Amino acid sequence: MKGAEIFVEALKREGVEVIFGYPGGAVLPLCDVLYDSGIKFILTRHEQGAAHAADGYARSSGKVGVCLATSGPGATNLVTGIATAYMDSVPVVAITGQVATHLIGNDAFQEVDITGITRPITKYNYLIKNVNDITRIVKEAFYIAKTGRPGPVLIDFPVNIQREEAEFNYPEKIEIRSYKPTVEGHPLQIKKAWDLIKNSKKPLIIAGGGVIISGACKELKKFVEKTGIPITFTLMGLGSLDVEHPLSLGMLGMHGTKYANYAVVEADLIISVGCRFDDRVTGKIENFAPEAKIIHIDIDPSAISKNVEVDVPIVGDAKKILARLIEKAEKLDIENWRKKIDEWKKKYPLKYEKNELKPQYIIEKISELTKGEAIICTEVGQNQMWTAQFYKFKKPRTLITSGGLGTMGYGFPASIGAQVANPDKIVIDIAGDGSIQMNIQELATAVYNKIPVKIIILNNGYLGMVRQWQQLFYRRRYAFTSLIDAQPDFVKLAESFGAYGYRVSTTEEFDKIIKKVLKEKEKPVIVDCRIEPEENVFPMVPAGASLDQMLDGIA
Amino acid sequence: MKKNNEISPHIISLTVENRFGVLARISGLFSARGYNIDSLCVAETHDPTISKITLVVKGDKKILEQIYKQLNKLIDVIKVQDLTGTDFIERELALIKVNTATFTERQEVMQLVNIFRAKIVDVGKKSLTIELVGSGSKIQAMLELLKSFGIKELIRTGKIAISREFGKTKKGG
Repeated sequence: MKGAEIFVEALKREGVEVIFGYPGGAVLPLCDVLYDSGIKFILTRHEQGAAHAADGYARSSGKVGVCLATSGPGATNLVTGIATAYMDSVPVVAITGQVATHLIGNDAFQEVDITGITRPITKYNYLIKNVNDITRIVKEAFYIAKTGRPGPVLIDFPVNIQREEAEFNYPEKIEIRSYKPTVEGHPLQIKKAWDLIKNSKKPLIIAGGGVIISGACKELKKFVEKTGIPITFTLMGLGSLDVEHPLSLGMLGMHGTKYANYAVVEADLIISVGCRFDDRVTGKIENFAPEAKIIHIDIDPSAISKNVEVDVPIVGDAKKILARLIEKAEKLDIENWRKKIDEWKKKYPLKYEKNELKPQYIIEKISELTKGEAIICTEVGQNQMWTAQFYKFKKPRTLITSGGLGTMGYGFPASIGAQVANPDKIVIDIAGDGSIQMNIQELATAVYNKIPVKIIILNNGYLGMVRQWQQLFYRRRYAFTSLIDAQPDFVKLAESFGAYGYRVSTTEEFDKIIKKVLKEKEKPVIVDCRIEPEENVFPMVPAGASLDQMLDGIA
Repeated sequence: MKKNNEISPHIISLTVENRFGVLARISGLFSARGYNIDSLCVAETHDPTISKITLVVKGDKKILEQIYKQLNKLIDVIKVQDLTGTDFIERELALIKVNTATFTERQEVMQLVNIFRAKIVDVGKKSLTIELVGSGSKIQAMLELLKSFGIKELIRTGKIAISREFGKTKKGG
């Protein structure tokens, strides 16, 4: 068999069904084998789109997403997508072509040192130097990508090795002596944690993306209900439990609910599950949960005591550790604490003025019509935060968003990947007029492959979140954030790609159109929603402030 | 008791896969976080699939803890050991070219070489080249004494270290 055939056969053994990619000179042999391999190949219109689509596929399904690009510019165009997946611990295998081995290092045509470039943004990467290593490398790559704290793995595949002949031998087992993620939590640490929980008066759970990745949502619910401990979510943790659960406080952090942030500040114990205490979550680190002891459950030891000092670290898989904690768990006597939180919830609800077409209204309406069960992708900025605040997430893997890297242009290609993985679900990209223009070319991908993603553009004619900061902290000097003067006609744009396009500027129009849009099953749809241009995301913790110093509106 | 923010040098012994790119991953880990490496030694061991790296790094407790964790996280790293605070043997090799313009100077330098159990490995008309093996402090002491003669050139290998078989041990990270 040829190297390319061996590679594709290995991908099949790993259960790969779809590859998002873009061909080129250095992957010609691979593409030739893929052409009639039975693996579905989705041709994107930009390699960045392929990387994000593979990421969206992975996040929405829990399977490993695969993308492919040629050497040089093809490979570098994957970089933002790989970094996005790395920051949010998404299992992606990125395959890049490379110039022939004898040309490596010669500045050959379309040569780039992609293993060097991606070293800090991959969990691991490989350069295949010998045709006999292919099967071992592919097997290891998938294993590394999906185990422990998941992450992207890149395989750089020189074109001459794709053509070389060898025997196909698929390794039965994997033996990486230096890679053995800790899965079981240490019993003594778990006992210590429960002792702290048992004696706490104001405990609070913070659920992060790790809960969803580890598939621990059932255990989380059980633990919450058995103990009666209130729970708040990071952006990545949304969907790990019904956000309308009586014990839920919604999201915390920079644009979290007031009651979640107040609870963090007053808590005497924080139980963090699969959250790495990102600065968007903690606010000013010195004032984060000042009264609280901290229990930190995380599979990555390096996440522990990196940002906040932890009292009881438990390294391991959230699902297994929560299961152990449930065995010990009993109802806590914290009625006063819950009462206080309920009062905050009544006193400081998320709110907005309902006069014109408001972005918050749009999200609430979509949430209501889809019963909180659609797969919601977002871009980055205000659209992302309004979605996090107003969509009532109920289930894991239904919010697909770039949390760590904050990649504009992520949501739309990711929604393509999510729809491919979930053909029967409604997949919606909540976009801004800025972000959507960053990967708008993927409309062609969606139209050609009959991917009926719904793109809701919250069109305020601005790079809204940056404008909001300029309004609040830079005396309304809107430097380089207005897009209104040269905006495409999104309806015509959609139509020119063969998609559907609608424009709405009142709530009545929106209500009418959205019902129709949600039923569409063949083609992608753009709904250009003309919203209030200077609407802001509140509450807001200014950068560098502590969580209880929230801005509520403009004085 | 050591304070948390006290900055002190640590000798870290790493057992790693002997593959291309491993050193880049390790040095990249330091540069990405703005940590400095004081010295670094790397060579293959008796097992050709394994290399040993001895690193000397400075940092407070928090930085060092991150360094251990991040090193452990690297897939090519098999074992991380912080030798500081354990019983270990450290050695460093220095080659020192020192000015010896006069006969007396040459005599004095040769005496020092004897005292330090060093070796003269090259003799020039106006210089001697000394090979010195020892701990960092021994090399530092000799350099201090040689300073007055004028050091023309100096090259040091950086520390290598190995733990003692019968000593107190402490696992890093």
